[in-house]
Amino acid sequence: MIRRLIGAVLTLFAVSVITFLIFFGLPRLAGDSPVSLAARYTGKTADEATAVAMAHRLGFFDPIYVQYGRWAKAIFVGADYNAGAGIEHCSAPCFGYSFITHEAVWPDMISRLPVTLSLAVGAAILWLVAGIATGVLSALKRGSAFDRAAMGVALAGVSLPIFFTGLLALSIFSYKLGWTAPGSTYTPITQNPALWAYDLILPWVTLAFLYAAAYARLTRAGMLESMGEDYTRTARAKGLPEKTVVTKHGLRAALTPIMTIFGLDVGLLLGGAFLTETTFSLQGIGKFAVDAIPAHDLPKVMGVTMLATFFIIAANLIVDLMYSVIDPRVRLS
Amino acid sequence: MTSVIRPTADGRSPRAFLEVRELCIHFPTEDGLVKSVDGLSYSLERGKTLGIVGESGSGKSVTSLAVLGLYNRNNAQMSGEIWVDGEEIVSASPETVRKLRGRKMAIIFQDPLSSMHPFYTVGDQIIEAYRVHNKVTKAVARKHAIDMLGRVAIPQPAKRVDDYPHQFSGGMRQRAMIAMAMSCDPELLIADEPTTALDVTVQAQILDLMRDLQREFNSALIIITHDLGVVAELADDVLVMYAGKAIEYGPAVEIFERPEHPYTWGLLASMPRLDRELSDRLIPIKGTPPSLINVPSGCAFHPRCSYAGLTNGASLNVVPELARGASHLVRCHLSVETRQQIWQREIKQELEGTA
Repeated sequence: MIRRLIGAVLTLFAVSVITFLIFFGLPRLAGDSPVSLAARYTGKTADEATAVAMAHRLGFFDPIYVQYGRWAKAIFVGADYNAGAGIEHCSAPCFGYSFITHEAVWPDMISRLPVTLSLAVGAAILWLVAGIATGVLSALKRGSAFDRAAMGVALAGVSLPIFFTGLLALSIFSYKLGWTAPGSTYTPITQNPALWAYDLILPWVTLAFLYAAAYARLTRAGMLESMGEDYTRTARAKGLPEKTVVTKHGLRAALTPIMTIFGLDVGLLLGGAFLTETTFSLQGIGKFAVDAIPAHDLPKVMGVTMLATFFIIAANLIVDLMYSVIDPRVRLS
Repeated sequence: MTSVIRPTADGRSPRAFLEVRELCIHFPTEDGLVKSVDGLSYSLERGKTLGIVGESGSGKSVTSLAVLGLYNRNNAQMSGEIWVDGEEIVSASPETVRKLRGRKMAIIFQDPLSSMHPFYTVGDQIIEAYRVHNKVTKAVARKHAIDMLGRVAIPQPAKRVDDYPHQFSGGMRQRAMIAMAMSCDPELLIADEPTTALDVTVQAQILDLMRDLQREFNSALIIITHDLGVVAELADDVLVMYAGKAIEYGPAVEIFERPEHPYTWGLLASMPRLDRELSDRLIPIKGTPPSLINVPSGCAFHPRCSYAGLTNGASLNVVPELARGASHLVRCHLSVETRQQIWQREIKQELEGTA
């Protein structure tokens, strides 16, 4: 366990070095000078001197490892930034100041987290329940009309991108029928849970549809396998009711790979549901990154990258732990 | 030919504890109709052991699954009757059969590792088996499970009850399976190749255990196997199956002392024996087991039978009846005298190594 934790920290470190090199090192290798890099943040009308001053302020003249050290140090102890209007202190964890908006990255990013969290968790519950239920029914009634229809819809669900299903759903349910929120609104759950759910229901369903489809297929395959196993025959031989055979013996075994993928999927989503947040104009982590990228707001992009990496690594750790709970054979002796 | 045994399908309640009459189990597949079991009849009393012997695909396992109602009702065509203690299984509702399963009749499978759920402890699985049919608390069932594990000679049962199947050795797993099967005192126990997946050293222990438990519980025992040694060890009666049909059926002593069917001779000849000369080769049955979709016409064994030529062509197109031979039932065109002669003059000597 300790080894895994150390491994997780090392992975985080490695990802930070690599991303930092890509953002701040590669452009230099490609021929950009500190001044030309800084010129992006001074505005089109600024002269050479302003760009040089900007490059100095952003520390672009320093060697790359010094820049990285400064960035990394700020995470742990904070840093002082001169955003033009005097020195401002950015307390730890400080992921730097935005080059564009001159705000600290961390508080801005964290304020977006509830949106992404709400979106991911709500959708995850929906797709887990819907996907597994559909998969189990499909497996038990293999070859039936329900199975064919469900797997057909699932194939569509896996294949259709969010920006298609999302826009379609918006145009029908929000604009034509007026049943749901037209996107771009978010109410914190602490303020009004009903409104929170109302605002998010369409993104939830759209996102869940994509994942539920994959989970249904996965559950179906797993159930077909586990229901044909010898231990399922043993369960029947004991005289257990079919319902117990299916849930306690068949589904229990089929769930293991699903829980693994579920952990990773949720971890990935917490780092930003880019397409969904963009489609529904939700101000979450994903939208934060999507807005920062074309503006070359590197500290923000770095911040999101690190946050996403953290969630994925954490999800991996949790999945590992869960695995040993689910499957006694992998329990550490 | 003396009397032809043809169990009637008149629905009269049977005389024996277990009676299977004219059982047919056919599976329609895309390639054709698979006749896994084709007109099988046998009976068994409590306290007695029946050994069902045959090659892979002879229908011996399918029969046992049918007795427990464990075949898939959607893709199997069943006819005939299976009477267990006065209750008919084939026509009974799935729910009725389910309630008999595990309580009145239980089964032990070949591979104890894959037959136990990897995610539950051995104890949990025995407790579950006990509590389906007995309204008791978990604590009582747990005590019973520990007791059962002790009876199948698992050391430290109170401790091992919380182990998972993968923490048991192969022999212990099969013991645990037996404990699970015996947990509700079944009157009929079916053991489907119970020792095939085990070490030779463990096989004898498991067989001993089953014999002891059978005496203790006075249950009827069916041993399904391709190992004649196992049958010789345990069985009172032997049923030899070939291509879904019984081809020889009678008391074990008779079958081993005076086998009359060429296929049974082949089975005996292909059995390794310690008292044979090292230079002697095993005599395999030539050919391969028949396809159950295209069962050979006439006697299903005729393509592999060395004596088919003696039947004047009858074996090619007439299905022989299961008829009384010198001492037991045999399905063969050869006359009783011819069979006895061949056995005495050729086969017996060959088997005893004096030929």
